[in-house]
Amino acid sequence: MSDSFRDEVRAWLAAHCPPSMRVAPPEISHLYGGGRRAKVWHPDQPAWCAAMASRGWTVPEWPVEYGGAGLSREHAAILREEMRRIGAQQPLFSFGISMLSPVLFKFGNDDQRRRFLPDIARGAIRWCQGYSEPNSGSDLASLMTRAEDKGDHYLVNGQKIWTSYGDEADWMFCLVRTNTSVPKHEGISFVLFDMNTPGVTVRPIKLISGASPFCEVFFENVRVEKTNHVGEEGQGWAIATYLLSHEREMISSLGKIRHDTDPGRRALEIFGTDGEGRLRNASLRQTLARYQLDAAAFRLWIEHGERHPSASAGMGAMSSAVKYYGTELNKRRNELYLDIEGADALLWDARGPAGEAWARNWLRSKGNSIEGGTSEIQLNIIAKRVLGLP
Amino acid sequence: MTLPLTEEQEMLSRSVAEFVADRASITQFRAWRDRTTETAFDSALWREIAEMGWCGIAIDEAYGGSALGYSGLALVLEQFGRHLSITPMNATVLAGATAISLMGSETQKTSWLPAIVDGSLTLSLAWGEGAHFAPFAVATRAEKTAQGWQLSGVKHHVEDLSSVDRFIVVARESGRPGDREGLGVFVVPHDAKGVSVEATPRVDARQCGTLTLDDVVVDDGCRLTGVTSVALERLAGVINAGLAAELLGICEETFARTLKYLKERSQFGKLIGSYQALQHRAAHWFVEVQLARTIVQEALLALDRARDAEGYRQADMLCSMAKAKLAQVAELSTNEAIQMHGGIGMTDAFDIGLYIKRARVLEQAYGDQHHHLDRLAALEGY
Repeated sequence: MSDSFRDEVRAWLAAHCPPSMRVAPPEISHLYGGGRRAKVWHPDQPAWCAAMASRGWTVPEWPVEYGGAGLSREHAAILREEMRRIGAQQPLFSFGISMLSPVLFKFGNDDQRRRFLPDIARGAIRWCQGYSEPNSGSDLASLMTRAEDKGDHYLVNGQKIWTSYGDEADWMFCLVRTNTSVPKHEGISFVLFDMNTPGVTVRPIKLISGASPFCEVFFENVRVEKTNHVGEEGQGWAIATYLLSHEREMISSLGKIRHDTDPGRRALEIFGTDGEGRLRNASLRQTLARYQLDAAAFRLWIEHGERHPSASAGMGAMSSAVKYYGTELNKRRNELYLDIEGADALLWDARGPAGEAWARNWLRSKGNSIEGGTSEIQLNIIAKRVLGLP
Repeated sequence: MTLPLTEEQEMLSRSVAEFVADRASITQFRAWRDRTTETAFDSALWREIAEMGWCGIAIDEAYGGSALGYSGLALVLEQFGRHLSITPMNATVLAGATAISLMGSETQKTSWLPAIVDGSLTLSLAWGEGAHFAPFAVATRAEKTAQGWQLSGVKHHVEDLSSVDRFIVVARESGRPGDREGLGVFVVPHDAKGVSVEATPRVDARQCGTLTLDDVVVDDGCRLTGVTSVALERLAGVINAGLAAELLGICEETFARTLKYLKERSQFGKLIGSYQALQHRAAHWFVEVQLARTIVQEALLALDRARDAEGYRQADMLCSMAKAKLAQVAELSTNEAIQMHGGIGMTDAFDIGLYIKRARVLEQAYGDQHHHLDRLAALEGY
């Protein structure tokens, strides 16, 4: 049964995934994000996304009525394995899928699910997340963006920051304060609105990597219909923590994007070997082996979780462990690439053999252990929720 | 997100845990450590363990075993690790029986394996000759004679050596130390003429020592028939996966005990587990133990599933990965355990400090992390 599904997937991918889509993009931000203003980094990306969406494979485990394929967890894992095997590019990089959809499935109403999920599945609408604010980083629950009750709608005023792809997104899911007279965790609500709504202003933030994956977003009397309010009023914090666990998984999975350049082989090309076939630089050789060991253990750990639902029962809190280790590992990998390439990798437009943007990826990776909750916040969560420390 | 046990494995693990808590706990460890006899292990305890059927877990049913695989045997070793149980399981079963299973002829397997399963035959593998594991750096000679084979050489760090019935000796039939081929493996009775042993105390309170073979003559039937460099590497792989399982038990036990202590001990009027400096280290440690468990499980599964050359190659790689990772995580675990317990962690009266001694012995045996990282790099082609 599983084997025949694997055969089917393999044959379909062989026929529909063009060679150009079997390489990782030079930067994560060059994955296809879809949306009304879709940025196309490679001309084959829209067709590849559409082909996958036509099978429901952008969201393989979702019900068919919402644009998924209704696959079992086991079959979805097989699909992922087969995609990984040929290095297939992720067809759609979407916060709508990774972050908003779990919220809509759990807290949304039928009307919201029908209105938003199919567009997310086929990449028609791109979403961004309005969470952090200038004075609410790690202490997210202190957020100040105000949503005033106007009967059938809210009027939103305030500011968000670190909004990933805010300048490319069509809609925002946003945390707002609907009640200021209760403890901070209890006065937050979760709302959705179109970025074209009057009063929304977006300003990109330039990072050390030169890229601007994050934005500042300002709200001035932004009208949000109450039909776009998800869950109960004041339930926003519960939704936010639920959603953050998905964001963490997504961020750590970024580290799993396969690069065609095998660091060991690359190091051999550059450094050569001693008389017995060993990499000439013994210290680099050791760093490489240590990295590869931890990367393999991490990958297997994730795979065990994917394959055995019961093994990932405590996944909510475990996502912090995955996020913590995965992002730290990704930083290590980028430092390792720099060690291998040397001064060449520090040239601003340097590209690796598979087109990887060495310097920019390295600089971007520094943000992985900050965004979505810093490594230190993840360790706090593990200590408290998994280990039960006071 | 580590793999769940099967129902059969769950039952086995539980019955071992119960037995060990009663019969081979740290209390018994202390009593044995402070003994006055020269024996290497408690043979009454070993008979009880054999009666439980645990010696035959990874042995084929044809030879009296239960064929639950190395994944099954590892559950026993993990519990032994948690309780510091002193038994000849590693020397006799993990190393000895595996050597015979992998390299013995049908006749050899039939004559020795059932006796290992019922506890009547104990063994010790005499392979290494130096302080660092080097599988092919064997200088001990095996010369073909009219009567059979004549063995001469010195083996170091041989386990349980005053008490075992036979030694499994790796010796060189041809070539020079370091050559991959030319090695033979011989099953040598303890009481054979020319065998002498000298035991030395070791930090983990187990017995090990030097085995000297002075023109020891054995007949042809004692020479394992299927010895190749690949078979020897497979043997080392199985042993390392087993040692990694015992190390996993140590990692989990030291972590559990330390976590408990963090929730009990107060300083400056607060539980020390409420301090972020310790919380973050405990959380990092927890994640490392999760990865450790994953890689051990994966290595054992690969060993149990391997059927062809590619399967064995993958298993070999994973065994080295498991040993390297477990050596690292055991070092982290035993060091952090002592540090987080503070002064009491340094005392002999308190149990936590005992684990570090066993851990380092297991880490060194059959290759420490550097040996296996070096090997991994070589297998990866760099």
